Amino acid sequence: MARIGVFICHCGENISATVDVKKVAAAAARIPGVAHSVEYKYMCSDPGQQLVKNAIREKNLTGVVVAACSPRMHEPTFRRACAEAGLNPFLCEMANIREHCSWVHEKGDATTEKAVDIVRTLVAKVKKNKALQPIQVPVTKVALVIGGGIAGIQSSLDIANAGHRVILVEREPSIGGHMSQLSETFPTLDCSQCILTPRMVEVAQHPNITLYSYAELESLDGFIGNFKARIRKKARSLDETLCTGCGLCMQKCPTRRIPSEFDAGLGLRPAIYVPFPQAVPNKPVIDREHCTYYRTGKCRLCEKICPTQAIRFDQPDEIVEVDVGAIVLATGFDIKHSDFFPEYGYGRYPDVIDGLQFERLASASGPTLGEMRRPSDGKVPETVVFIACAGSRDPAKGIEYCSKICCMYTAKHAMLYRHKVHGGKPYVFYMDVRAGGKMYEEFVRRAMEEEGVQYVRGRVSRVFERNGKLVVKGADTLLGARPIEIEADLVVLATAAVAQPGAEELAQKLHVSYDTHQFFAEAHPKLRPVETNTAGIFLAGACQAPKDIPESVAQASGAAAKVAALFSQAELVRDPLIAVVDRQAPPVYSSCVGCFLCQSACPYQAIEKEEIRGRDGQLIKTVAKVNPGLCQGCGTCVAFCRTKSIDIQGFSHEQVHAEVLALLNRGERDA
Amino acid sequence: MKTGFYPGCSMKGSAREYSESLLAVAGALGRTLPEVPDWNCCGATAAHNLDPDLALALPARILAAAENVGMEEVLVPCAACYSRLKVTRHELLEDEQLRQRISGLVEADYRGSTEVLNILEWLSRVPELEKHVKKPFQRKVACYYGCLLVRPAGIVKFDRPEDPQTMDLLMRKLGAEPIDWAFKTECCGAGFSVSRTDLVAKLSGHILEDAVSRGAEAMIVACPMCHLNLDMRRPNIEKRAGKKISIPVIYITQALGLAMGLPAKKLGLHRHKVAVKISAANAAAKDI
Repeated sequence: MARIGVFICHCGENISATVDVKKVAAAAARIPGVAHSVEYKYMCSDPGQQLVKNAIREKNLTGVVVAACSPRMHEPTFRRACAEAGLNPFLCEMANIREHCSWVHEKGDATTEKAVDIVRTLVAKVKKNKALQPIQVPVTKVALVIGGGIAGIQSSLDIANAGHRVILVEREPSIGGHMSQLSETFPTLDCSQCILTPRMVEVAQHPNITLYSYAELESLDGFIGNFKARIRKKARSLDETLCTGCGLCMQKCPTRRIPSEFDAGLGLRPAIYVPFPQAVPNKPVIDREHCTYYRTGKCRLCEKICPTQAIRFDQPDEIVEVDVGAIVLATGFDIKHSDFFPEYGYGRYPDVIDGLQFERLASASGPTLGEMRRPSDGKVPETVVFIACAGSRDPAKGIEYCSKICCMYTAKHAMLYRHKVHGGKPYVFYMDVRAGGKMYEEFVRRAMEEEGVQYVRGRVSRVFERNGKLVVKGADTLLGARPIEIEADLVVLATAAVAQPGAEELAQKLHVSYDTHQFFAEAHPKLRPVETNTAGIFLAGACQAPKDIPESVAQASGAAAKVAALFSQAELVRDPLIAVVDRQAPPVYSSCVGCFLCQSACPYQAIEKEEIRGRDGQLIKTVAKVNPGLCQGCGTCVAFCRTKSIDIQGFSHEQVHAEVLALLNRGERDA
Repeated sequence: MKTGFYPGCSMKGSAREYSESLLAVAGALGRTLPEVPDWNCCGATAAHNLDPDLALALPARILAAAENVGMEEVLVPCAACYSRLKVTRHELLEDEQLRQRISGLVEADYRGSTEVLNILEWLSRVPELEKHVKKPFQRKVACYYGCLLVRPAGIVKFDRPEDPQTMDLLMRKLGAEPIDWAFKTECCGAGFSVSRTDLVAKLSGHILEDAVSRGAEAMIVACPMCHLNLDMRRPNIEKRAGKKISIPVIYITQALGLAMGLPAKKLGLHRHKVAVKISAANAAAKDI
């Protein structure tokens, strides 16, 4: 005879404000088989868990239903409590009366009744639950880090220094990311390259790190501890083992007028190139889209000139398969470009540039070698207008969120401009200045008060060209919304930070959730900021939300710590909520008829064939068998099975049927 | 498609030539534009400054009248009337309770089936408009949209609000060369035409000066208010600017009429304060 305990949680007021928890407890007590029914303010707290444990011991319970929040939230908590009291944890079920009831309905009798119904179905289910044993799976102690910007670099180094192998995959020909493009960094104005390049070299030289640059993730299978990743190494069109990085090919390449991605389109590069001189690895790639040989079939100058004969025009892409136990996603961000803004000229004016372009103009390694010269005619700009919030905090035309980094980099830009052009006049149009961070507010104050940057609070309605000047029309809302016009030589838009163009596709490949702006979603916004909802996949840096360097680095180290913790275990324990194929005594052996429809339906290749043989070794029948290490418990095979021979443990036909019946027959049973 | 016509006050008064040219063009295109029966004032600027209910009730009555005689769409050439009707339609369809209350106020039920069109939308829907062009309008023109045709973007859902293109495309079809300029949607001074002519002189002056400096030979407009400020207030504008500005201001329907070879008189071109010298006579056209 079942002896079920029901524990109703108030969740503070989250549940009790709309559900009459006392009534639910009383109603649950009347359900046949329920031996114990109580309510409590915070069931997940220590005293709450103690209530559960004590009842299991004192009332000799055979099953537990906790009516509270989503099982995603606290199922592990209560299953652990049950185990501590000697009850098999899989005899504990959550009845979700918060997300499924109290949060979505108004206070009233119907809401309370629905809560009772939810409890009733779970009581019916738990009566059919069987004690299950968790599955042990081995852990592959190799981490895959996707993205070689500062976040990916930091994560890789931290994991590698903890003694684990790391595979770092970077899409571009060199690691370094956006940080390598920056001139100086706020709030200290130290040179970005000078602090970054030593880290890049460390990655290249670290014995635990394998770097695949110019490579992308092709596909991913498996689960935490046991992922299988296929990586596409795009053809560099040269033999990396022979190339010495001498650079002769780049000097001689006749196709030289290709806008440089590294210089944000302001500089030019040849068709065979490294993005920048400090690139890691310092081996060029051939841009096949622009290379004369690939376009016309003639040239091959680089091949002739190469002292080590490293050029390989016919090199194919290579697919590498690796086994990894954990993944860190660090794919970073992109920015909106000036062509997004019709009111600022749709990118038609060469002297209306975005923040990254300004970084390149200010950088010693940039197209002007750090001299402040505007793109159109190389003139030194006498007046520069910086427009903050270009696209950010703009639900009508841009994006709703604050891009977070722009207030700081705009202050930095204005300062750098003043340092390079002493008599120059920098103006900053802003909505609010958001400078939360160590030494950040002081930095902005310095720009305003000591560096002569003119801050104007107001929006810019339009930028247009008149007599060789860029006319910036705006309003000064601190001076009675007075309209103002500034004739500028250069306009810098602090454009919104957005997700990488391929973020959505990558998230789908990895089965990681993402938000409406294609930023990857963390498992919990406050308490699990570096984990995704997919076990074993972690987040670092601006692929989650716009972040500055310190924050990206901190999160990257956090993700690395999570990976190291995962790798500290010899084996992982998985919930046994997987499919099983029927097995029974001879002469039937199994109700499976061996049609293997399930095999073709399984998305995880978890179904194997098993030959059942008699004592004499003669084959009796071939039936399906589930590999518990691969099965994800999705249930597709169950739906396909013609003889109902497959069941999901913990969600068996019998259990689900009992739940449905409990709902359908509620009137008769309670009467 | 049954299309009705809501003139509003200006088409009967200060912008008679807009109405004349529209009806002339419609006739030449083989279209009839019956007026909405028993139409009333749209409320203009006054109603929505004073009484939010009145601001909705007046256009609601017009829309109901059009719907009751089976008009599937109403052409509203005045940009201000267009804005009032379009906003009212949007608000009533968003909020059923409001729709019922306002319908009760005007004792006429508007169910939302009648659409509201501005002049540019209506002209854009004419198939193969370029085939009707007999005398291409071979001039550099500044297409001036003003504030209300494209805003609020979320409600009118017509063209891009910062750099609209519909009028430019239409003028191109007529053979004109629209200039790329910065004041397409800047304010002309609007209703300050009466109370603060100094402001109108300044704002409209900026518009004209930018157009002229970029080589425009004519301003093309689709709003009686814009026309009034750019044309009738020209003496104020010139006084402030301290120079003569002779660029004519032409309604898009007049430009189309000229290109279709309709007589200038029928298009009301003689009614403008600033003389239109690039008449149908359009020298280049004769050569074709």
